[in-house]
Amino acid sequence: MGVGSFFTSKLDEAIGWARKYSIFQYPFVTACCGMEYMATACSHYDIDRFGAGLPRFSPRQADVLFVVGTISQKIAPVLKRIYDQMTEPKWVVAFGVCTCTGGFYDNYATVQGIDTIIPVDIYIPGCPPRPESVIDGLMKLQDRIATQTQRF
Amino acid sequence: MEGRQILQRVRDRFGPAVVDSHEHRGDATAVVERAALIDALRFCRDDSGLDFDVLMDLTAVDYSKYPGREDGPRFDVVYHLYSVPHNHRLRVKVRVDEDEASVPTAVGLWPIANWFEREVWDMFGVRFSGHPDLRRLLMYEEFVGHPLRKDYPINRRQPLIGPKL
Repeated sequence: MGVGSFFTSKLDEAIGWARKYSIFQYPFVTACCGMEYMATACSHYDIDRFGAGLPRFSPRQADVLFVVGTISQKIAPVLKRIYDQMTEPKWVVAFGVCTCTGGFYDNYATVQGIDTIIPVDIYIPGCPPRPESVIDGLMKLQDRIATQTQRF
Repeated sequence: MEGRQILQRVRDRFGPAVVDSHEHRGDATAVVERAALIDALRFCRDDSGLDFDVLMDLTAVDYSKYPGREDGPRFDVVYHLYSVPHNHRLRVKVRVDEDEASVPTAVGLWPIANWFEREVWDMFGVRFSGHPDLRRLLMYEEFVGHPLRKDYPINRRQPLIGPKL
């Protein structure tokens, strides 16, 4: 390993460490999972411990897109546009089984998993997922952010 | 007014245009001919004994796979009427066939019929002649077909639509 790659990998680690504790989420909340998201975001579970305590309601100021709730075919273009508006680096969390696979809404109106529209980093299954699952997903996302090759 | 009396009143006024009528546990239903539909609805709304001032619901039923109705008219368009002053209800049905699936609009009688009829058009493909703005209500413009028809395949998925630029 040359001196150059040693330098960049250490820089990657430093940036990854900083980024994983500064998760500004954009909650794209469409359905009942939103209640569980709110429970997770409130003081009892305190996701501010992970640096994810401040939801930004503008995609341009957000790092992580939380897709919370059923995505219908009609709202799909809106979700795509929100994703496109976010600036790099960005990550996507599929919150709840509807966003992961469509869930039991196996019908004409529902998108069968948001990964048919946008790339997804972390899937949190459950209907709705317990706050513990959400925190587990959040920590997996932190690991992913910390260990990936950083682009800047 | 009791359901029986409501039906009697409608039958007295419209005679043979009321194809069928029945009452079950206080729920009165009158099936009328399409040609007499708007007149019947207007009578229900304006008659001083009936006073059906609210259109509670307007929907349709696809009977194409219903036992005993396979050959008959395919759709029933159903009007649920309610009277606030008298606290009584009536269900009015009109039968339409697939090849002439069109019913005169009730927007002139109850403005709420506007969105109800758009929903029925969206889901069942029944047209409402004279409707001011018959667009899809729930599905998006690019959607093909009418999903609540019994012959709409349960596993058909439509292509995703992209953002409008």
